[in-house]
Amino acid sequence: MSIVIQNVSKRFGSFTALQDVSIKVPEGELVALLGPSGSGKTTLLRIVAGLEAADCGTVQFGTDDITNQNPRDRNIGFVFQHYALFRHMTVFENVAFGLRVRKWANADVQARVMELLSLVKLDILAQRYPSQLSGGQRQRVALARALASSPRVLLLDEPFGALDAKVRAELRQWLRRLHDEYPVTTLFVTHDQEEAFEVSDRVAVMNAGKVEQFDTPDAVFESPASAFVLDFLGNVNVFHGRVQDGKAHVGEIVFDCPGPENQTFGAAKVYVRPHDLDISVEPSEGASLQVRVTHLRPAGSVTRVVAVSIDGQKEIRVDLPIGRSRELAIRKGDVVFVHPRRAHVFAPDYAI
Amino acid sequence: MHKASLAEPHLPSTLPISPPPPPAARRRPEGSPVVRAILISATFGIVGLLILVPLASVFTQAFAKGLGTYWQNLVGNAETRHAIFLTMMVAPIAVALNVVFGLAAAWLIARFRFPGRTLLITLIDLPFAVSPVVAGLVFVLIFGLQTPLGEWLLAHNYQVIFAPPGLVLATTFVTFPFVARELIPVMEAMGPDEELAARSLGASGWQLYCRVTLPSVKWGLLYGVILCNARAMGEFGAVYVVSGRIGGLTDTMPLRVEKLFQEYNQPAAFAVASLLTLLALVTLVVKVSIEPRVRQEQERDLPPEISQEKA
Repeated sequence: MSIVIQNVSKRFGSFTALQDVSIKVPEGELVALLGPSGSGKTTLLRIVAGLEAADCGTVQFGTDDITNQNPRDRNIGFVFQHYALFRHMTVFENVAFGLRVRKWANADVQARVMELLSLVKLDILAQRYPSQLSGGQRQRVALARALASSPRVLLLDEPFGALDAKVRAELRQWLRRLHDEYPVTTLFVTHDQEEAFEVSDRVAVMNAGKVEQFDTPDAVFESPASAFVLDFLGNVNVFHGRVQDGKAHVGEIVFDCPGPENQTFGAAKVYVRPHDLDISVEPSEGASLQVRVTHLRPAGSVTRVVAVSIDGQKEIRVDLPIGRSRELAIRKGDVVFVHPRRAHVFAPDYAI
Repeated sequence: MHKASLAEPHLPSTLPISPPPPPAARRRPEGSPVVRAILISATFGIVGLLILVPLASVFTQAFAKGLGTYWQNLVGNAETRHAIFLTMMVAPIAVALNVVFGLAAAWLIARFRFPGRTLLITLIDLPFAVSPVVAGLVFVLIFGLQTPLGEWLLAHNYQVIFAPPGLVLATTFVTFPFVARELIPVMEAMGPDEELAARSLGASGWQLYCRVTLPSVKWGLLYGVILCNARAMGEFGAVYVVSGRIGGLTDTMPLRVEKLFQEYNQPAAFAVASLLTLLALVTLVVKVSIEPRVRQEQERDLPPEISQEKA
């Protein structure tokens, strides 16, 4: 069942949580709502769940308009960051809850709950109480509970936020495998870009109540739609320059940026990712920036280089492939030349 | 566990701790043994003098003339019998009313932010602050026969003041805060997530309340009910004013004790008093026995390993 969100807005007092948001989650896909806190991602999820009401706009499951439907009639599965398991019930009864309130026959409940518990590999813990489980186990119970009544859509609110890094990574992959096996349309909220990119089919990057970009992880990473997206994905060098006639100028360096908005003269921000920079010992043809190396750190397949422009004004981060850094054999204090292979140019209006 | 292992190296080696005490005790400053002994004996002395001696004397006086007389004092007198009966009627009704009110108010205060919320919290506490006698007087002034409301009620053949309904009203007012105050922290600790989860799983409002909210706060509720009941049975001041003290009609147990005492019928007064005291002792035992459960309900966010130790 696809989720179609159209022109949804929501205000809390004077704070605008969502502003004219439209997203279409295709059937069977796993979509991440990615953004910093306060960007409205959780509010959007809760509106889809019916735990919050939109001021305007509509939400549809497939062709079924559920904007004004009671949460109990929506048939959704919702997983909370802090599990929200019923503490006074066993694992079994937690998973059975959604079936019992729908008045399933006892035998059917028994069969369905055990099926789900074996799916999340917790069937042997059915008679335990939530307080006797680890965080990762609790979240798996919460997921089984959410899936028990075969929901039309699955909604996850920072599902791995309360877990430690190792368990988080395991559960992420497990969720992805589970989704491949049982492709329920899933919307999940996270502020962790790594998590969003690893798990999801599509990512909606949100900022200040708006969707900045809604695309596949590849597309979001390769061609960010806005300065915010680039900034939020993190780890990027920002240069201040100006644009004219489809070219951006930062000091001596000139970047191509063909685009109708870059034809007239104006200020611009140029973003270059560390792995899109190369270093050479001698100045080569094409523009480059002279810098002094201040820090070198091996990090697996790349060497992270931190350098400062000769005037000391600008810190620049470069990720060199390990082979390239061996070849150059640069050391701390060396004066070298940095040249960009690729850059993203945005007029400052689009920046945060 | 972690803290304890950190603290250990700092312990002076001369401290005579042979068995490993619980971590809490280990961190407690020991102080001088002499001061400790004085404080402990002073405390026990005061408790003994002010609490244990009177408690013992109630039972001694009650049984002074033997078990037979004691029994006769309790059941042989029609007015005493009625007083016991009336208290057993009024207290549960007041408790039931306060359970309904307390659950509603606690839920409202714990789950919603609305204008006047702080005022409501303050007002719930009002009966603790106001003298019960004043509370009783207020009810007389509202429902008394000289007021329009009182006249109207009487014209419709319904009497509040100097009748059991007035006793219920006064008792309910005085015991107003117990259930609500007990439930607010428990409901706040519970948080809204479990209820939201239940809603997302398709529970109706009623199912949500009966299957999730109530079971989650049941020990806190029971605790509030016990305190509320103890106070309701022992209430004197407010009930004194509204009852009119009609023997065999509006005398509750505490009022009956006082009346018997005024009539120089000490053995009977103490017999009824001993019954009240017994109820108080039972209350105390039940209260202490469920306190750990209440605490558990309030401490919801325990990491799994700690709760596991408890379980």
